[in-house]
Amino acid sequence: MTTSKDDILNKLRNQSVPQRELPDLQSPELTKEWIVYPDPTAQFAEVLSGVGGECYPVKDIHEVNQKLSELSAFKEANKVCSQISDCGSPNVSIPEITDPHDFEDIDFAILPGEFAVAENGAVWITNDGGPARVLYFLAQHVTLLVPASAVVSNMPQAYERLAFAENSFGTFMSGPSKTADIEQSLVIGAHGARSLTVFLVEETFQTT
Amino acid sequence: MPSHPKLAAEFIQNKERAHWHDQSLWFVRSKRDKAAHQLPEWELLREQASQIKQYTVSQLPHLLEEFERNATARGVHVHWAKDATEHNEIVHGILKQHQVTRVVKSKSMLTEECHLNPYLERHGIEIIDTDLGERIVQLQNKPPSHIVMPAIHIKKEEIGELFHEKLGTEKGATDPQYLTEAARQHLRQKFIQAEAGITGVNFAIAETGGFVVCTNEGNADLGTSLNKLHIACMGIEKLIPRAGDLSVFLRLLARSATGQPITTYSSHFHGPAPGAEMHIVLLDNGRSEISGSDEFRRSLNCIRCAACMNTCPVYRRSGGYSYSNTVPGPIGSILGPARDPKANSTLPFACSLCGSCTDVCPVKIDLHHQLLTWRKEIRVKGFLPFSKRISMKMMSWMMQAPRLYRLTGKMARWIVPRLPRFLLYNRMNDWGKQRELPEFPKQSFREWMKQNHDNK
Repeated sequence: MTTSKDDILNKLRNQSVPQRELPDLQSPELTKEWIVYPDPTAQFAEVLSGVGGECYPVKDIHEVNQKLSELSAFKEANKVCSQISDCGSPNVSIPEITDPHDFEDIDFAILPGEFAVAENGAVWITNDGGPARVLYFLAQHVTLLVPASAVVSNMPQAYERLAFAENSFGTFMSGPSKTADIEQSLVIGAHGARSLTVFLVEETFQTT
Repeated sequence: MPSHPKLAAEFIQNKERAHWHDQSLWFVRSKRDKAAHQLPEWELLREQASQIKQYTVSQLPHLLEEFERNATARGVHVHWAKDATEHNEIVHGILKQHQVTRVVKSKSMLTEECHLNPYLERHGIEIIDTDLGERIVQLQNKPPSHIVMPAIHIKKEEIGELFHEKLGTEKGATDPQYLTEAARQHLRQKFIQAEAGITGVNFAIAETGGFVVCTNEGNADLGTSLNKLHIACMGIEKLIPRAGDLSVFLRLLARSATGQPITTYSSHFHGPAPGAEMHIVLLDNGRSEISGSDEFRRSLNCIRCAACMNTCPVYRRSGGYSYSNTVPGPIGSILGPARDPKANSTLPFACSLCGSCTDVCPVKIDLHHQLLTWRKEIRVKGFLPFSKRISMKMMSWMMQAPRLYRLTGKMARWIVPRLPRFLLYNRMNDWGKQRELPEFPKQSFREWMKQNHDNK
């Protein structure tokens, strides 16, 4: 008895489909055409604010903490957790939580991002699949810390940095969660974060 | 199944609403233009995307096996389904094995195509659509009318009424912010309670065995990171060869769909989280048939951005339901007949051949050419209605007889302007519906030439 897999593959194999070339996306003729911004950080900040997020270039964690203390979402948060050392005075300890459901009532999460993309305001984040992955989506408000030197202009540059060997999960996050499903009216805070703040931090910082 | 012209006629009964629908979609089309113009390399990207997809289809069996191998190596269970029935059985089998009774699902037109929801509900499983638009139409017991904006045809007053009845919101509430917040609270409970998450797949990467799911709401991510079972359902054409190809597609997808620079979340899944299980169902359901056709193969390039429907003058003025097909609009009018030419025989005619769809398609599908080819196929297969057959025959007969042609023209030019309105504008004349016929010229071009040039 043949399986469905065999049926599908055999059917496809028996077709004479003309051969096609796969374009070489690394070829200089192409790469020289991709948009590059004179000031990627400024471009990133502009696009991010266009999609409802906020970007602050800062010097160090101290400055992040200072800025956080001015954010009303942070001031009003009851439960805060942080994956950045010395950042945000968290009152929920992430390593102690084994069931992602226990993050249900987190108001504010401070999490690391790996790099930012200027053309679309996205931050690349990865996760090894532990319970903390849900924080990026379940917390009411999300703040990402990204090294200031890690801002690329475009998506081809972004994919040059990506390898998928290590982590089972990675995502580009561009702004807070949103929907326009009711009469095309944009509403921020659909299911995920109601606000997204990105700090581009000059000095190196540690994750916990 | 009612024909497209019949359902479209019902849709435009309400003129005001039809106009509103038209404007809503044109607004999205305009946002797409703005986003596309911000990238000088836009046309180059379209060309690369088209080439990558055509290569993929030319190597499909090989790439599918490569994908399966790599996904399996990452601990993913890969399943193959020939058709919708097998697809639904596989999904149900996995859920049953895990004794799951509550499932959340992010947007997936493929599961709509397979009618997965009613199938699972019949087997006692609660399945909740979590995309706001999809949840709205699910609460209405209706399918989506658009593949990216499932509830684009519904007014906020109606959503307010629906939510009042189903979710207990205040009567008469119409504020989108308020209604969205109510849905957020309602669906949070569903996310928390769910024992499994089903998602669609935007792109599957042969080289790495991973796949990408794009949402704006974050519902795919919430639905898959709170529980231990993720089932991703995809058509076999969703494959791309390399991870780097995403640098082309993710630049095109959201800009083409809604005019956003990228979706809020573009999540890359490469295997299950520790202690969790991940399944991928690869569905054929007629796709391999299309891949064997020289005329229609390129329709498999489609990345489901819906730019073709947002721009289509027919879709905008007839609504998604007039197509009676999971995927409406220009691309649906190609995919629908490929699956069932008889049931969908009127779809390729729901087109003015203006070519706007072809112009905006990010993967360069020759949509209006394929629609024209489908018309021929429908004729060859004998699914053309008698009225069209006979009028085409008469037209062909007249066109081949120059004298008859001239005589008919002369008579028409004399008679038509003298006819009373009721003889011109009635049920028999489709071309006189909702518009005035053009004014008839006094003479034909041939007569004009004779008078002005030949005698000089």
